[in-house]
Parts: sequence; structure tokens; C-alpha cells
Amino acid sequence: MITMNLVNKSFGHNHVLKDVTMEVKSGEKLVVIGPSGSGKSTMIRCINMLERPDSGTVVVDGKELTQPKAPLKAVRQEVAMVFQQFNLYPHMTVLQNLTIAPVLVQNVKKEEAAESAMKFLERVGLREKADAYPSQLSGGQQQRVAIARALNMHPKIMLFDEPTSALDPEMIQEVLDVMVELAHTGITMVCVTHEMGFAKQVADRVLFMADGEILEEGTPEHFFVNPQNERARQFLSKIIH
Amino acid sequence: MAEVFADYKWAALFDDRGIFLEGLVTTLEVAVFALILALVLGVIFGIAGVFPKTWVRIINRIYVEFFQNTPLVIQAIFLYHALPHLHIMIPVTAIGILGVGIYSGAYMSEVFRSGINAVPRGQLESGLSQGFGYWQAMWHIVLPQARRTILPALGNQAIAIVKNTSVLAMIAGGDLMYVSDSWSGMNMYYGPAYLTTGIIYWVICFTMTKYVKRLEQKGAVG
Repeated sequence: MITMNLVNKSFGHNHVLKDVTMEVKSGEKLVVIGPSGSGKSTMIRCINMLERPDSGTVVVDGKELTQPKAPLKAVRQEVAMVFQQFNLYPHMTVLQNLTIAPVLVQNVKKEEAAESAMKFLERVGLREKADAYPSQLSGGQQQRVAIARALNMHPKIMLFDEPTSALDPEMIQEVLDVMVELAHTGITMVCVTHEMGFAKQVADRVLFMADGEILEEGTPEHFFVNPQNERARQFLSKIIH
Repeated sequence: MAEVFADYKWAALFDDRGIFLEGLVTTLEVAVFALILALVLGVIFGIAGVFPKTWVRIINRIYVEFFQNTPLVIQAIFLYHALPHLHIMIPVTAIGILGVGIYSGAYMSEVFRSGINAVPRGQLESGLSQGFGYWQAMWHIVLPQARRTILPALGNQAIAIVKNTSVLAMIAGGDLMYVSDSWSGMNMYYGPAYLTTGIIYWVICFTMTKYVKRLEQKGAVG
């Protein structure tokens, strides 16, 4: 579903991704963890080309996005992203947030988009907030709306870029609950997170990144119990209490 | 001092009010069309100023820095003398519209650029990630949010445009300032002519200022 081959990316002199090579199969739940500044976010943002790699190839759903004439807009409609800062459109109601892209980008009929939007809002438990504006919602509610907005594109792949990192602690669980439920639907998920409980619960595979490299990968059982890489061991000893 | 504003001078001004009215109409015409031109240039070059491609941003800088850093008077006079050499014959009011419009467009584009920059980068990214094209995301997602910061500043530019149309006086443009200048130049009745002209500019601009204030307050609430 997603293949990255020898991807490199630098910002100025900062070499953020170093020969990153990885693969995500259809329906797989991949969790990416690692210390801050390890390149996790940049890596996930290369999957939908919000960052353009300096070299290497990215192939999503059979299309090579690193080619000059790649069908970027088409692929992005299949690859929904949930951001750390939610990035809901503040000048639109919750319902409009969910319908604008399906209507304008995917040419779905307005009523149809609204109908499926209500269904997804129901699923994240925010049906009654359809007419509210994002600023009237808590952080956790905003992020659940953002997930519903992503789902209303009917994507094949969901990318989560630290979806709970900007949330107050008491709101993290409500977002994770939605994500866990989502993980059971068979959608392909790539999730950058610091939530180890979530990783253990849903991940088919865990990637550990540090300094722009993938240093370890394996099942959660393998990774959390018996990591081989020294950096990974240090990292885990610091965060698991 | 009283002599400057003598009654008979006011009477003469009143008798010739038609000329002044025509000047005012010209001023308003030039102001309106210059405003439209400036807005169009402002949007185009404003977006150019935040465009992902470097060479597009460079074009924005050249335009802005050139027109902001040379006097409008020189630009207008240059157009007035240069265009005939290029065999472009247009009425002097059109030169006024072009001159003031292009000059103000530089300021407008800065207004648009900073307004767009004030919208968090994540908004554009969010749109792009949903499959919007760059322009589509700009139009539906970024610009509506930039409106709040852009509108009041645009209002101030519109006011400046009204005042800047007086540059037409330098090129025999037939606007209010020119009429006032030439009328009083003939009869030396400077006092009533300039005072009246000044008051007319003030009334127009003050009304616009009030309107812009209203917009600002609405923006703060909405």
C-alpha cells in the first residue's frame, strides 16, 4: 500500500531523513515512535507529499508520488491525514468541515456528503455538534471532528501525525478510543505517536526512529519486550514506567 | 487674513461650483477604478508573495519594492510623458487610474501577503492533504480566514487612494485638486478654493474611515 525506498530529506543543513526504507501493507496498522526530532513527522508527511523528499521514491497505492507528474491530488483523496494541531477550518461549522472536501474535491452531492458526515460524527460521538464552530469545542472534540472529517473522504489510508500530543491529558483517551475503534475496521493506518498503550493495543508493527533513521522494527511484542537496538532500549526505559 | 477669505471670493467660487463638481466626479471616477485595479493587482501579487515557487516571490518583491519606494508623482509624470512615446494615447484620467492603481496595488499586495501569512500554515496543508489544489485551498480555506486582517487594512488603502488621486493635478488631470489649483491660479482666490477642496477630501475620507472602523469592530466580534 505504501512503499518508501531510500528516502532522504534535509531542511537546510539538517539531514532529517536518512535513507528511510519501509513498507506498509494494505490493512496494516503501523505505529511509528521515537524521540522528538527523529524525523517521524517528516516521514509521515512524505507519504502524502506535504514534504517532498530530496531523493528516493514514495509509492502509494501503486502510484509513484516522487515522479514529477504524479497524480498527487487523486492520491491525497485516498490518504487522509489527522494533524497534531487538528487544523480544522475555523470559519466553517463542524458539518461544513466534513463536507467541503468531498463536495469540492470529490464531487459528492452536498446532501450525500452531509448524510455520511452525520454518520461519522455519530461514530465519534459528536453528532449534536454538527452546527458548532471548532472554537466552541474542546481539543479532544476538535480532534475527533478532524478524524470524522478524514473519514468522510472515505480514504484507504489514514495518517495520524501525533494526534494526541497537543491535547490536555484528560482528553487523550477519548481520541484514542476513536482511533482504536477505527483500527478494527480494516483501514490502513500509519500513526506517529507517543502513546505506548495505543501502540501495544492496535499496532501490527512498530517502527522506531531516531536521528532520521529507522533503527528497529517489529511486532509490539518484540519491540516492547525485547528490542535489539541500544537507542530503542534507552528510549523505552525512559518512557515506560 | 480676512482678505484671503473675502465674501466676493466665496461668491465667485459658488458661481463656478459646476467646475468643482466636475472635478469631484473625475476624482471619484479615478478613485473607484484605481481601487479596482489596485485590488486585482493586490490579490495577484499578494498571493505571488506567498507562492511556493521562489521566482514568483521574487516578482512580487520587485513590484512592491519598486512602486513603494519611488514617489507616486514621478510614476504619474513618467506615465504621462512616456506613454505617448510608445504611441499609446489614452486620456489623462486613464493615466491617473493606471498610475494610482499600480502604485496602490503594491501596498495592497503587501496587505494581502501579510493577511495570508497570518493564517496558520496548517490550514493550507490541511486543504492540500484533502486533495484541494493550491488555488482552491487558497480561495476556500486561506483567504476567507485572512479576510479579518485584510479588510480594515484594505479600507485604509482605499482612503489613501482617494487622496492620492490628487496627483492628477500634476498632469492636468481635471480632478478636484487640479480644478481647485487652476481656478484659483487664474483669479488668485486661493483661500476659498483650497479650503473647500480640503473639506471635500476630508468628508470623503472621514466617512470611509468611519466605515472601516465599523468593519474592524465586526471583524473583532465575528
